[in-house]
Amino acid sequence: MSQLIKNGAAAADSWKTLEIGEGETPETLALPAGDVIFPLAVWQARKSELAGRERLGLLLQPDDKVEDVAADVARFALIAVNFPKFVDGRGYSTAALLRQRYGYTGELRAVGNVLHDQLFFMKRVGFDSYALTDGKNLAYAIERGFSPFGDAYQGATDQPQPYFRRRA
Amino acid sequence: MYKYDAIDRQLINERVAQFRDQVHRWKAGELADDEFRPLRLQNGLYIQRHAPMFRIAVPYGMLNSAQLRAMASVARKYDRGYGHFTTRHNLQLNWPKIEDVPEILAELAEVEVHAIQTSGNCLRNITTDQFAGVAADEIIDPRPLAEIMRQWTTFHPEFAFLPRKFKIAISGTKEDRAVTWFHDIGLHLKVVDGQVGFTVIVGGGLGRTPIRGEVIRDFLPWQDILSYCEAVLRVYNRYGRRDNAYKARIKILVQALGIDAFRAQVEAEWAHGKGGPMTITQAEYDRVAAHFTAPTYETVGDVELPDEKPFLNWLVRNTHAHKVPGYAAVTLSLKKHGIAPGDITSEQMDVVADLADRYSFGELRISHEQNIILADVKQTDLHAVWQQARAAGLATPNIGLLTGMICCPGGDFCDLANAKSIPIANAIQARFDDLDYLFDIGEIDLNISGCMNACGHHHVGHIGVLGVDKNDAEFYQVTLGGRQGNDAKLGKVIGPSFAADEMPDAVEKIIQVYLESRHEDERFIDTFDRIGIDPFKNRVYEGRAHGKAKAAQKEAA
Ligand code: HEM
Ligand code: SF4
Repeated sequence: MSQLIKNGAAAADSWKTLEIGEGETPETLALPAGDVIFPLAVWQARKSELAGRERLGLLLQPDDKVEDVAADVARFALIAVNFPKFVDGRGYSTAALLRQRYGYTGELRAVGNVLHDQLFFMKRVGFDSYALTDGKNLAYAIERGFSPFGDAYQGATDQPQPYFRRRA
Repeated sequence: MYKYDAIDRQLINERVAQFRDQVHRWKAGELADDEFRPLRLQNGLYIQRHAPMFRIAVPYGMLNSAQLRAMASVARKYDRGYGHFTTRHNLQLNWPKIEDVPEILAELAEVEVHAIQTSGNCLRNITTDQFAGVAADEIIDPRPLAEIMRQWTTFHPEFAFLPRKFKIAISGTKEDRAVTWFHDIGLHLKVVDGQVGFTVIVGGGLGRTPIRGEVIRDFLPWQDILSYCEAVLRVYNRYGRRDNAYKARIKILVQALGIDAFRAQVEAEWAHGKGGPMTITQAEYDRVAAHFTAPTYETVGDVELPDEKPFLNWLVRNTHAHKVPGYAAVTLSLKKHGIAPGDITSEQMDVVADLADRYSFGELRISHEQNIILADVKQTDLHAVWQQARAAGLATPNIGLLTGMICCPGGDFCDLANAKSIPIANAIQARFDDLDYLFDIGEIDLNISGCMNACGHHHVGHIGVLGVDKNDAEFYQVTLGGRQGNDAKLGKVIGPSFAADEMPDAVEKIIQVYLESRHEDERFIDTFDRIGIDPFKNRVYEGRAHGKAKAAQKEAA
């Protein structure tokens, strides 16, 4: 479980993440109805069955190649990028690529080991929803986590122009 | 020198507030130790053998006198009144309290000093040549681009959690003095057909798997350096190994893929960023470069210097050619015999700050050989500088000589150490305490590391000393023939390792072979290249039991 932050506030989560259970394979497991976040392997194996769904979610792991869904991103209402450990920074590049290169405009959610002190970086690379780890101070994260710095030197998803191009 | 403007000040002040809050939450138990760890590391805080160790950045080695005084003050107030200059343009304090660090950072921020990204798996402090801007062999002053890159690395959102640390070095001179071949990215400024740009080297590093970097791009226009580095870093961030810390540096990825495949990936990535918003504008270059204009040099007439031998010795070793006639760059030696190499007391820092104000436009540099440089001294002031430096114990004329060695903190301070390094340095200094002898031996780099991590650059010392652990006892492995510079290479292991008390003898024997074999005007390294390692090996192990004889000795014992 986790505590969802969206649009600068605590939010209810309508999405369930499909887990591939023991003995199940992406090709054969049952596809639940509703707002479901599917692992990449399930999406790849079951594209045609899922094609008709109105709202689709996708889960990307650190070593999933975002290039593999480049052509499909418009299909997803939500893409969740997993940070199994917060020190594994691959998800930042995944998010940056989804936003900057592949034109993804839906909800981009950081899930897994999501902590207060990384929220600012996550926001900068293009995340707009955050599943804060359970037990962490949600109110304080919302109040302070996104704004330790009032500006930044580099260009990134939230502000593509580096500071030096915005100097008066 | 670069002066902060509103944004630079805002960001470091916000950083202090952020870290204060993080320490507070950690103390309150809201941040677990392993959640706090990377946060403190990215503010320069290690936990070491005795206490936390705190690393303050000296970006590309430049400091002004007010900054050095602030460092002296925090070392006095929050530590034991001394600090240690490292091989990567940092000052380390060995004994601060974690709780005090936010206060230390706040005091340093007032003089535009920080500890941002001085450790941790992120983009580290960018290093360069200590003679930048004044070197007689300079092609392009690297400092404006180093400052632009410093800003770009600061809180980079995509690259704050890399597989491992990432070090960039820039050289703007004909002779590389920034060890660029042994950095994650090494940059050589150059001019081709009137265009300024870089040779880009990638995948070098020392540590447990020392690798000389390879050229990934022969020419990159300077405007493209940020977007190009972002491409390199994105490939590394995505594909660098994260399963094993010892295999996580970019050098391992480059070796695994091969430079050509790695280059192809970087170029494919760069195709998207090239020419984009991260392209450096001329206006930004000019804005930053305006901070690094030459000071108002005077016309210095004929210089007559006193004919005193100790002074002349110092002139030979500790002063360097300057591009402006009548001026010299001066190295203040932090290699006084018997002191840990690179260590400096708060009192000495204050003296150095005064010297800088009086004689060198208030500015200083730190070299990767762990010394301090006054870059712009009038030759007519040299004698006065020497006298005052000597009174403060900062004028040992051993720059580039055997006892001017590089040495890491080793087992006295560092948790990772296999062996102590400072006592070895001091024992060698004691053995070679005779100045005439040192001068006779001439130029030689002796580098000591307390373990494979190679913080003391032992691989690139003409003589390298590495602390190793053998059955829980401290031993030292010696390498010969390593070097930094344009044809940087790794030393070769001479043979079985030595106990601590054998080390001065071993070094002395190596030196004897050199002195007996050298041709006139040959430096140690030239003689080594001519005669090879065997004569040294034979002398050092002469009469020493080895192979079967040694096994027999052991049996008997
Ligand atoms: C006392 C605390 C220190 C610790 C725990 C420490 C830790 C390490 C480690 C683990 C490495 C190996 C990194 C790798 O190969 O991936 C390393 C390399 C290095 N460190 Fe340190 N270090 C310390 C102090 C210093 C000091 C005092 C200096 C400068 C005198 C320094 C400069 C360097 C340099 C130049 C390298 C090798 C270059 C490279 O990264 O390949 N470190 N350090
Ligand atoms: S070389 Fe080893 S002993 Fe020396 S400072 Fe680095 S990690 Fe510590």
